Amino acid sequence: MTGNGYLQIGLYLAVLFACAWPLGRYMARVYQGDIPLPVRWLRPLERGIYRLAGVRGDDSMSWTRYALAVLIFNLIGFLAVYALQRLQDVLPFNPDGMMATTADLAFNTAASFASNTNWQSYGGESTMSYLTQMLGLGVQNFLSAATGMAVLVALARGFMQRETTALGNFWVDLVRSTLYVLLPLSILLSTALVSQGVVQTFNAHATAHLVEQLDFEQPKLGDDGQPLKDAQGLPIVEKTTTGEQRIAVGPAASQIAIKQLGTNGGGFFGVNSAHPFENPTPLANFLEVLAIFLIPAALCVTFGIYVGDRRQGLTILSAMTLIFVAMLAVCVWAEQSGNPLFERLGLDTQASELQAGGNMEGKETRFGVVNSALWATVTTAASNGSINAMHDSFTPLGGLVPMWMMQLGEVVFGGVGSGLYGMIIFALVAVFVAGLMIGRTPEYLGKKIEAFEVKMAAVAILVPPLVVLLGTAIAVMADAGRAGIANPGAHGFSEILYALSSAGNNNGSAFGGLSANTPFYNTLLGFAMLFSRFWLIVPVLAIAGSLAAKKSIQPGAGTLPTHGPLFVMLLIGTVVVVGALTFLPALALGPIVEHLQMIGAR
Amino acid sequence: MLKELKPAFVVFGLLTVLTGAAYPALITGIAQTAFQDQANGSLIVQDGKTRGSRLIGQAFSDPGHFWGRPSAAAPMPFNAASSGASNQGPLNPALEESVNNRIEALKASDPTQTAAIPVDLVTASGSGLDPHISVAAARWQAPRIARHRHLPEEQVRELIASHTEGRQLGVLGEPRVNVLELNLALDKLAATR
Repeated sequence: MTGNGYLQIGLYLAVLFACAWPLGRYMARVYQGDIPLPVRWLRPLERGIYRLAGVRGDDSMSWTRYALAVLIFNLIGFLAVYALQRLQDVLPFNPDGMMATTADLAFNTAASFASNTNWQSYGGESTMSYLTQMLGLGVQNFLSAATGMAVLVALARGFMQRETTALGNFWVDLVRSTLYVLLPLSILLSTALVSQGVVQTFNAHATAHLVEQLDFEQPKLGDDGQPLKDAQGLPIVEKTTTGEQRIAVGPAASQIAIKQLGTNGGGFFGVNSAHPFENPTPLANFLEVLAIFLIPAALCVTFGIYVGDRRQGLTILSAMTLIFVAMLAVCVWAEQSGNPLFERLGLDTQASELQAGGNMEGKETRFGVVNSALWATVTTAASNGSINAMHDSFTPLGGLVPMWMMQLGEVVFGGVGSGLYGMIIFALVAVFVAGLMIGRTPEYLGKKIEAFEVKMAAVAILVPPLVVLLGTAIAVMADAGRAGIANPGAHGFSEILYALSSAGNNNGSAFGGLSANTPFYNTLLGFAMLFSRFWLIVPVLAIAGSLAAKKSIQPGAGTLPTHGPLFVMLLIGTVVVVGALTFLPALALGPIVEHLQMIGAR
Repeated sequence: MLKELKPAFVVFGLLTVLTGAAYPALITGIAQTAFQDQANGSLIVQDGKTRGSRLIGQAFSDPGHFWGRPSAAAPMPFNAASSGASNQGPLNPALEESVNNRIEALKASDPTQTAAIPVDLVTASGSGLDPHISVAAARWQAPRIARHRHLPEEQVRELIASHTEGRQLGVLGEPRVNVLELNLALDKLAATR
């Protein structure tokens, strides 16, 4: 890596922490109902929503009621996205005449956006109308993120409350997350992105007159619009010449801002943030990749303030940062070392001030290797899943990093809210393991951790790996599953494992070669996304409810401190050991064997 | 259960209006007022004709033009209505074949150029629309352009230098050259001679 590479990564981390600190304090005030001055003028709007909805702010919910509200609300969102896609051909704001999507694609997309996964089986600019993008996908970007934040706040209250069933009001937590956190940040970010060249218009596509005429071959279509095939079943192609370029535009900036901030990741365009209209400049790239980690990092600060001990939040943030930096180093190194094939063919792959070098297949010139590897690690550490380079074309170890970051359970920063509540579950397991070692009842933040909490934590930790590994097993055994593979050999297995890891941990990024827009994958991945999102939320809220009902105890001489370097290492150890033990065998069949083949071919 | 239904529907409806209609409308208003050029696609208009976008690449195969990154968009390269990448894995034989073909085409375009070809010039971009090539890739093509355009190579190199974008704010991203803008400048140079 060049000196500039270290500088760009150092700058990223410095700006991230500088922004996360004030934002974390801001959010702590928002959730405690002490609305900060710059957004206090929105109070009447907040109160108006409660009045129309018949919500009383002081109506604190038990964990079962809170969970029920979460589930009903997300079911409505799911149905709305499904309906919008199925009816988009007859609804307005469809200037390019998009057809209604198929039932399996609509199910997959609705599951994807309701579960904050934002896996894309569809190509944005060629499938979805502007109305579907804004009113369906755009809205879910906000609401699924706000749901995650609300569940986290409920869990934090579980630690604070004493001998009560009350976890707060879901509707209040949801509305405040949207109104005071997600909306203002999105307005700032989308304005900055437009200034860099991200499009934001309701016009139909633009048409350019090409500088050079372009000859190409395209499949010949029959009268029914389906491609014609010859006697051997191969598509018939016809030679075509064009002097025009159709340039897709649309209301992209508003959606891109929230897709980054809400760790959603579903792009406006098919190739996501590799598209020059979605991510036009290095500065736009910096802001977008900063936005992925911003709220998850800030929530650690919020959590510390909320439970009355800032060191607790910083301890979790440190553990996340250390895992992230280690994995980032591997990814940058692997991509900069590149593909030995390119050297064998006599290409110039040396990084310099004149070129990025390394493995440039599937990467954009303006981002080069460092920014592509940084994005890949950030987007999978957080459950964002947007991309600015094609992970499928990464080197085997470069591709292993994003895959394993997802398999760790999306707890290294993770999704907004969901990453931190996932990490807190790991912290419970860590104190439990430590408790077994020193022979004391485990405690965390003044609450005794007993059989019920540990059982629920085990459920929350085991559901995603179960979904990932079982799903992968089903897909590699089914003909329909293997039919989607694009690359031969071990890499083909990696494509399937990556897809299930992504859906089973609500990330949404892909090894894009896999043809996933089929009834088989749309259904399998759709269920995987729903299971891992909502089967996690319910045990987390159950833990919150059970903790809230307990007494708070003062730490004694035998209490294990849950802050400081020792606990950071214990927490990292728990996350890494669970992630490694569960997935090492599967990874050995995919990226690891592919790496050995690659260096063997040198 | 029923108790939560009313707030669920009402909150969903109101937040949908707020985040799905009011918010994009507000951003569109700001964008079309303050950043009209960028918000509509950074289009390059010459003599009333749209020649392309500063952010979207075009396919070039004439030896008198600079060539851009290979594009895997379908059915035609640089299809700005449907972006796409090759998604070829590092050991895929199809990748080796594609890269080899591109190397052959580049060598055939300038048999006298014996320097190693910069990797970005023979590997497909992520979007299939990459408007840029590395500075090294532009310089590699300079002798060919000079010969076909009957220009001194020094002048071509100066043109590349004047179209090189450095790292943004001195730190971010990679130095690069915009191929469409460079070729338009080249055509303009030829027209004025």
